[in-house]
Amino acid sequence: MELFGISGEIFLAIAGMATLLSSVFLNKDSSYRITLRLCNLSFLITIILIFFSHSHSGSLFNGSFIYDDLARFAKILILIGTMLTLIIGYKSQKLDNFNRPEYPVLILFSVLGMLLMASSNDLIGFYMSLELQSLPLYVIAAINRDNIKSSEAGLKYFILGALSSGLLLYGMSLVYGAVGDTSFSSISMASSDGMSNLMLIGLVFMLSGLAFKISLVPFHMWTPDVYEGAPTPVTAFFAIVPKLAAITILLRFTFTAFDNAISSWQQIIIILSLLSMILGSFAAIMQFNIKRLMAYSSIAHMGYALVGLSSGILEGISSVLIYMVIYMIMNLGAFIIILSMRRDNQSVEEISDLKGISQTHPFIAFSFVILMFSMAGIPPLAGFFGKWLVFASAVNAGLIPLAIVGVLTSVVGAFYYLRIIKIMYFENNEVKLDVVDNKSSMIILGIMIISTILFGLFLNWFLEVTMGISSSI
Amino acid sequence: MIISLFFYLFSFIIVSCAVMVISSRNPVHSVLFLILAFFNSGALFVMLGAEFLAMMLVIVYVGAVAVLFLFVVMMLNINYSQIKDGFQKYYPIGSLIGLILFIEIILMINGDNVLVSQKDSLTNNVPNTHQIGAILYTDYIYIFQISGLILLVAMVGAITLTLRDRPGVKKQNIIDQNARKVSDVITIVKVKKNET
Repeated sequence: MELFGISGEIFLAIAGMATLLSSVFLNKDSSYRITLRLCNLSFLITIILIFFSHSHSGSLFNGSFIYDDLARFAKILILIGTMLTLIIGYKSQKLDNFNRPEYPVLILFSVLGMLLMASSNDLIGFYMSLELQSLPLYVIAAINRDNIKSSEAGLKYFILGALSSGLLLYGMSLVYGAVGDTSFSSISMASSDGMSNLMLIGLVFMLSGLAFKISLVPFHMWTPDVYEGAPTPVTAFFAIVPKLAAITILLRFTFTAFDNAISSWQQIIIILSLLSMILGSFAAIMQFNIKRLMAYSSIAHMGYALVGLSSGILEGISSVLIYMVIYMIMNLGAFIIILSMRRDNQSVEEISDLKGISQTHPFIAFSFVILMFSMAGIPPLAGFFGKWLVFASAVNAGLIPLAIVGVLTSVVGAFYYLRIIKIMYFENNEVKLDVVDNKSSMIILGIMIISTILFGLFLNWFLEVTMGISSSI
Repeated sequence: MIISLFFYLFSFIIVSCAVMVISSRNPVHSVLFLILAFFNSGALFVMLGAEFLAMMLVIVYVGAVAVLFLFVVMMLNINYSQIKDGFQKYYPIGSLIGLILFIEIILMINGDNVLVSQKDSLTNNVPNTHQIGAILYTDYIYIFQISGLILLVAMVGAITLTLRDRPGVKKQNIIDQNARKVSDVITIVKVKKNET
């Protein structure tokens, strides 16, 4: 019964291996469809298991696995995000002809790594789960291996990911050398009476490694290339799910391991966040490819999320969590639309391809308008509340200049979001865009649009939940 | 006295092998020097009383990694003089970084903020292979299981990215072979005499 806390992860691991085995015996045409459904089913069961098993907090394996409210919230969000990205990518994957049964299985193992990462409370456990999370991602970035861009994206991601793992590991070894133990609680104890220089250098290396994974400036170089090169369903997964896991471990890392050294990491996070917001907003102006645009937009969004973290107060944690929920909703919606952009049975990715879509596909154009307004932070929509909460927590912590830069860069961001709307509504194109008619994607898009519009009504509930989480850390 | 003599002997061989790895012209020689360096580091581990690490170093690095390098070097026809072209250009910055790292190591050894100390486990009578086994499958079972999953993922990933179904490759199908009957494949045709 002791293992009930980790039952969700154990189930997911066994389900993954069973799915892998079953895909061997299925015939080629149906194996992708069936493994995808099996994976989604196991995600669903895992959500239920995690919901019940994490209802009270505790830890397992000498404290290297911890289950609490933060882990539960992050895991359920990760699993829902993965299920939805798998569903919206299904059709395009089939049309582009790389529907291999290994794809959902690799995603499943990656998600397993993310779940373990959200629960890790120990440097070794954290590193191992991070590797379990990233290895499948390198493979699925290159899954369309006959496409030279996809292979390039996979290779680039692999090399830079290995470099970032090296940075992380080096930092961990320094911290271990200074503390003499790997658990987060001993690090917290050791840092309670001031940080030694060795620990400080270790902290910088570890934060750099983590910043690589969330693609914060100046560790963002891989993001636009990988997002552009990887097949679009994979890009949707990259943009949404791994960031949720990485932000969770960053929260746990800063607020449980280094909770006594807030002033040491606060300035690093502030600089990362400032640079990400500025570069993410300005570089996106020059982009013509919509996937590259989304990459820069995600860099900027991570910068905004870190504004909440850098405040170093409990309110900040809750604002980061809400920001990640909103980020997931907006990105899912945007990627459904990007996935459905096709012409002559080829997927197209230029922003100018959206010209005149308001006449041919009014629903898609309208949804895109709502999502873009929300990303720009126009008041009644979800994105506004996310930005408002993170900036409010920054102001409450006395970081007024950071909040001012955030507001200014979101004005710059509004420019390129609004430019897409202008292209859709006020420019005409002779060549029309075919939009793939995919019922389940359109239903999900509808749900995302409704939740973007009505997010304000549920804000109090979210605030209550996330404040509960942040006070329990 | 003899112990420190052996320590300096092995260390000297390691350092000179490492220099030879990067300076020898023939890449096969480089790999062979690398193997020699691994063997000598194994000997250093034995002197520290860490016989398990020594075994692992020889089995994994010499047995698998270095042999793999050797295969890669021999099978891929890489133009090594081209790779070494930038050597002169990057020599100053490379040696600068090396110097900085060297100074860092010296500072680290002299500084007193490193807590990792000689544990008594190295001196008592239980061999450390037993000790590692005793905690690897109990205290660290969680980490052990995750590493198993990582290896599985690495295998699946490598196969996914490289396996291709080539048309025209003949495969043996045992079920078909066993189900074959003489009557299905051989027809006896009677040839009449005197017919042309």
